[in-house]
Amino acid sequence: MNIVVCVKQTPDTAATVTVEGGEVSWGDAPLVLNPWDEYAVEEALQIKEEHGGQVTALSLGPEDAQEALKQSLAMGCDQAILISDPAFAGLDTLQVSKVLAAAIEKVGDPDLVLFGRSSVDSDTGITGTQVARRLGFPSLILVSKVVSLDPAGGKIEVERMLEEGRQQVAGPLPAVLSVVKEINEPRYPSFMGIRKASKAEIPIWSGADLGISDDLSAAVHWPEIIAPPKIETEVEMIEGDTAEEKAKKLAQRLAEEKVI
Amino acid sequence: MNFELSEEHSMVQKMVRDFAQKEIAPIIKEADRTGEMAPNVLERMGELGILGICIPVRYGGQGMDYISLGLACEELEAIDTTLRVVMSVHTGLCSMTLLQWGTEEQKQKFLIPLAKGEKIGCGAFSEPGAGSDFANIQAVGKRDGDDFVLNGEKMWISLATKADYAMVTVRTLFDTEKVSSGLTTFIVDLESPGITRGDIHGKLGVRAGSTGWISFQDVRVPAANMVGEEGEGFKVTMSAFDSGRYTVAAGAVGLTRAALEASVSYAKERTAFGAPIAQHQLIQQKIAGMARDYEIGRLLYLKAGWLKNRGERNTYETSIAKHFATDVSFTAASEAIQVHGAYGYSDEYDVERYMRNARGAIIYEGSNEIQTLIQADYALGWRKDKPLRCEMPAYSTEEWQST
Amino acid sequence: MAKDIFVYIDHFQGEALPASWEAVGAARSLAESLGGDVAAILVGENVGDLAEQAIQYGADKALHVEDASLADFRPEPFSSIVAKIASDADVLLMPTSGRTRELAAMVGVDLDTGVIPDVIEMDTADGAIMAIRPIYAGKLLSKVTIPVNRPQILTLRSRAFPKPEPDSNRSGAVEGVEVEIEQPVTEVTGYGETEAGVSLSDAAVIVSGGRGTANNPDLEPPADITDEKEQEIWRAQQGFKLIGELADVLGGAVGASRAAVDAGYIPYSHQVGQTGKVVSPDLYIAAGISGAIQHLAGMRTAKTIVAINKDPDAPIFKLARFGVVGDLFDVLPPLTEELKNR
Repeated sequence: MNIVVCVKQTPDTAATVTVEGGEVSWGDAPLVLNPWDEYAVEEALQIKEEHGGQVTALSLGPEDAQEALKQSLAMGCDQAILISDPAFAGLDTLQVSKVLAAAIEKVGDPDLVLFGRSSVDSDTGITGTQVARRLGFPSLILVSKVVSLDPAGGKIEVERMLEEGRQQVAGPLPAVLSVVKEINEPRYPSFMGIRKASKAEIPIWSGADLGISDDLSAAVHWPEIIAPPKIETEVEMIEGDTAEEKAKKLAQRLAEEKVI
Repeated sequence: MNFELSEEHSMVQKMVRDFAQKEIAPIIKEADRTGEMAPNVLERMGELGILGICIPVRYGGQGMDYISLGLACEELEAIDTTLRVVMSVHTGLCSMTLLQWGTEEQKQKFLIPLAKGEKIGCGAFSEPGAGSDFANIQAVGKRDGDDFVLNGEKMWISLATKADYAMVTVRTLFDTEKVSSGLTTFIVDLESPGITRGDIHGKLGVRAGSTGWISFQDVRVPAANMVGEEGEGFKVTMSAFDSGRYTVAAGAVGLTRAALEASVSYAKERTAFGAPIAQHQLIQQKIAGMARDYEIGRLLYLKAGWLKNRGERNTYETSIAKHFATDVSFTAASEAIQVHGAYGYSDEYDVERYMRNARGAIIYEGSNEIQTLIQADYALGWRKDKPLRCEMPAYSTEEWQST
Repeated sequence: MAKDIFVYIDHFQGEALPASWEAVGAARSLAESLGGDVAAILVGENVGDLAEQAIQYGADKALHVEDASLADFRPEPFSSIVAKIASDADVLLMPTSGRTRELAAMVGVDLDTGVIPDVIEMDTADGAIMAIRPIYAGKLLSKVTIPVNRPQILTLRSRAFPKPEPDSNRSGAVEGVEVEIEQPVTEVTGYGETEAGVSLSDAAVIVSGGRGTANNPDLEPPADITDEKEQEIWRAQQGFKLIGELADVLGGAVGASRAAVDAGYIPYSHQVGQTGKVVSPDLYIAAGISGAIQHLAGMRTAKTIVAINKDPDAPIFKLARFGVVGDLFDVLPPLTEELKNR
């Protein structure tokens, strides 16, 4: 199996994210491997362990955005490649998918391409499907379980988590999958992996390396990032001597305010 | 000078932090309440390689350096002291002492399973009647053919009931010029006939840990299990403490950090007199104190780790680090309770556990009074490090990572 | 003449998502400022009824594509169909769901245009839509627009836009559209058991529990549960039972904090927060949830938040409209009883 897993570097989810003068800031919180992508990396490694092959981690980002890839290597990916070019700054998913698809083609002959369900920063959850469309591979998003995988027969069957419940879908390989948290429990990096990762020189592919010469311009623009309106609620504490009394008063207040 | 952690060190730190936060933090309060070790702690720390972190790969370890050991201890104790105690006794007192003093055969037989976490080790040195006055321990070993026969009782032994092997020091020579020259150390299989052991209950802190006693009654130990030579036991034991104290120092720095972080977050949340209490100067003073102590403690243990990496003796530096870090960790935890007010006094919050846990380290692995005497001896020029027959080997990437 | 505003009606097993009608309502408002008609697109095996409903909810016309091969949503053939129908459009709206995430993504590639998922607010300026969508799980909002490429594809988050009242007197053209239909490359082989109860994203009321659900020492687990972890889970399930009862009385859904899910008290599908579902109900009752920042990110836009917690300093109270300091085991049963009687 030749598996490509696409990862992104994001601020830790525990970070307090603020916006100052239009610039997003997450204080001194560390940049980490996008939490959803950890599940994708883990799934790639488990599939490799069962079926053999190799796992390549790909990430698109600025030149110093190596944390996510280092973490992927430390967890056990065989190689990591950073896709970085000043021309790639500020792209939307339409263009990011073009770049990633080109990079996946350059890696060559993938059987599976894995994504996390979304990134915790921009949180669109559509990049994987757009890559699939560009590569002409089927898109299977929100996968909670790989039910069966037959590399020789070129088939995969997965279980997906829809709003309405679980759904099983079968399709041909190569395919693009995005995975949800229920699929596995990501491993910690091993110490051996940490050593390998910290020594690794991560190759950087530019637009020229990928043969992307056209001017990429984002279709989607985000002219302004704002803080959500501060919810000015003055909490009204429901007092009472007993729980019953508090419950009664609460029900009464909810009715008075027409909440129920 | 370079004060920056390497990428490798940062990743070690993150990995151990993730483990402790994800797997231990959610269950530690309950384990502390019931006084039972959190389930699977030893197995998980073994599987993840943490137990053998700084042991060379060819001896079953992970081949990381001594700084990594310290960073791991800091992260572990930031969640709970019991985790770090495992490192102190299993890795510090037992495995590292084998690494320093053990024969190749002993390393093959004992160090490899310890470093892999397949076996658990502890250090059985102190006794009901001898702690600080270690040279006067009462446990004895008498030669009988190819064996030594051990008798005596060891007390306040962490992991006494969980360990498979113990590093044990007893008296085997009785007419030496100095009492300390009569001691000898053995690596003992705790399944040997004649050994009974049990846990001590009613401890102030480290309640989710196992602390106990081991009693030896005519326990036959092969002479081949002697670690170091006969009569070298005092030196072997003091080397064990150089390793163990380092982990205690690093861990206490983690506890200080936990107290600081809990205080910072609470002080920003809680309001009094119309403002978050972080705005009040007397609270700021407490927080500044914790921050200062954390930074100082960290520099001290990292310097000791750096000396260890270079293969230089570090009894003095390690003593200072242990003494300082454990003293301030208790103060920090106590101040954190004060910052939390009445809530801090309840076990709904973690800080009261920090305080109970911090107290022990001021006593064990050489009480801070003993540390003071060690420091005074060095400062006055009365104590000079003499080369040991077996020094703790300097860390070398090549040697540690070759298979 | 202004172009039509297209709305894709997402449906599952014959039923349209409520958010599909919210999208029709949003399209109507857009039509008022941009001009043009609202055209609903329906794709499936048997969607004639839904096409009629679309008219009732406010569409001026409904275009439907029907074929036995379209019984199950599959992104590849559905996207090709929608891309063909909407290729000249200025605006293509959809509700947000697991299906439309794929549909919007592929149509965006096919028509070389931008996609804005999870929109919570819309406005128009110079003939283009200025949308607002949450980023960093709602910790921040981003204004987003597609200045040049067309159509502008937006998926609207559930409950962010009002659902119009259906009007059975409305009339409009329902047209079958003949387009070439690709064979699907993947095949739905089955559906798992659908979880009973109201879906979190559509719920007007959510009652959520946290780790506090396991904190009732008075509860004695059955003797055959000896494992401590299982005993804890059993206790938590008793807590969630109370939460479920309250949710039932209010016609709402059951949510949970990440801590409760991680501890194995309740399946992940109930998780509200940054790594779970982002919800926006009219009423959110948090019981035994302290309010970690990741959880707050998932429910902060609820219209009214009620917090029930033992710890008066729990951060959840900062966001709450009503707060009760108390044990959920003491407060929920009388609250459920009280609301039942109203």
